[in-house]
Amino acid sequence: MEIKEIEFEHRMSAHCENGVTDNLMRFYGLELSEPMVFGIGSGLFFTFLPFIKLNGAPVTSFRPMPGQIFKRVNKTLGIEMKTQKFPSNPKKAMSELDASLKKGIPVGMVVGVYHLTYFPAPLRFHFNAHNIVAFQKKDNNYLVSDPIMENPEWISASDLERVRYAQGTYKPKGKMYFVTHTPKDVDLAKAIKKSIKHTAMMMTKAPGPFIGISGIILLSKSIRKWPKRHDKKKASRYLGSVIRMQEEIGTGGAGFRFLYAAFLQEASKVLSAPILEEISERVTHVGDLWREFAVDSARVVKNRPLNGESYNSVADKLLVIAELEKSIFTDLFKMKL
Amino acid sequence: MKLQDVPKDDANVMEGKTSFIQYAVDTNGDYVQEKSPGFEPQNIALEQAWDDVNKNTLRALKEVEDGNKSPLYYFMHREIMELKILSEYMNMSRWKVKRHMKPSNFKRLEKNTLEQYANVLRIEDINDLANFDANKWRLKK
Repeated sequence: MEIKEIEFEHRMSAHCENGVTDNLMRFYGLELSEPMVFGIGSGLFFTFLPFIKLNGAPVTSFRPMPGQIFKRVNKTLGIEMKTQKFPSNPKKAMSELDASLKKGIPVGMVVGVYHLTYFPAPLRFHFNAHNIVAFQKKDNNYLVSDPIMENPEWISASDLERVRYAQGTYKPKGKMYFVTHTPKDVDLAKAIKKSIKHTAMMMTKAPGPFIGISGIILLSKSIRKWPKRHDKKKASRYLGSVIRMQEEIGTGGAGFRFLYAAFLQEASKVLSAPILEEISERVTHVGDLWREFAVDSARVVKNRPLNGESYNSVADKLLVIAELEKSIFTDLFKMKL
Repeated sequence: MKLQDVPKDDANVMEGKTSFIQYAVDTNGDYVQEKSPGFEPQNIALEQAWDDVNKNTLRALKEVEDGNKSPLYYFMHREIMELKILSEYMNMSRWKVKRHMKPSNFKRLEKNTLEQYANVLRIEDINDLANFDANKWRLKK
């Protein structure tokens, strides 16, 4: 099949969902930075679910459910997308992809990373909420823009089909999406205000003990219990999993705190609101503490305490973080913008 | 995080193919993007996760060698799977896949079922499954 070339500018990003959103929007003439996409998508989040285990450890997440950032950005900016899933029809999922490419439309897809052939092997676990954009096909190979990779990468049709039908948690089921309408101009100021309120609300006002600041406090409490309740290996595996969620690919460091601080800085310019620059600095500071938390936790994991780090001391650090974030997001929530 | 503090702890996690994007503050106080090869705590956490995988895989190999489990059991662990996800890839009930982990049931599997397993578990030569040789896999991941 002959498919004409689509001129698609590939840019790397910290997080795949921001990156794909960003790259697709730029293709249609809407230029936004990654922090801006992340911020108006209300990408900052925290949840700790001690009773749900994923890969043998309780779930800690610094991001909302996969696809949420995307949805919120589209909704607040008035971008229209067509999203399709093909639960049990891989042939259709591939032919629909080809049909769109033929029309010159770049196509976003949700894929699993375990079988993603070009992806660095040490990062290939069964994780299914990765996003990429296909924009070219040649001899049964697709050229895809993966925001985590330096350059666009080739992947064969059969490999692509496999990752589009990855199994496990959050099955992509061949999910694909493309832009059908981009507004001429967008009300960025309004989108920023709305999203800041939403993020601040989720961090401070979500009901129950699992989400936002309450979730951080609950994690701190649980960490104290781990060495008493579980053997050494299990406790250290649990703590290791928190570090991975916080620092692994996509967070831009410190569980997205730096990315959010960058967003607030940009927002302060758009809204001419110097107060947001101040808050940005506070978020940077708390991001630095998250990093220290990761460094200390890694020493506990390795059982190599340098300054007496222990489960209790890293739990204490989390409480300091929770306190600071509570005041940051309460201020943001109350703020008249 | 200041720009000069962006971690440069390279443990070859990206295999030279790409880098992590980090956000940090430059000397003017402005946020900029910076590439990073890795961050020590993350490297440690990843190493811990792979150690677990490798230990489980070796343990599974021993179970197969001892005749308690079928070769599928080893390859399943090598592919970081458990019964649930393997049965999903096989489009088979979990109960059925579990039965195939028993050597006596495994021996009776038809060729096309073996081929399907080989495809899902990324085994290039179906002989590696049908005539399993533990020595061949001992030193590999």
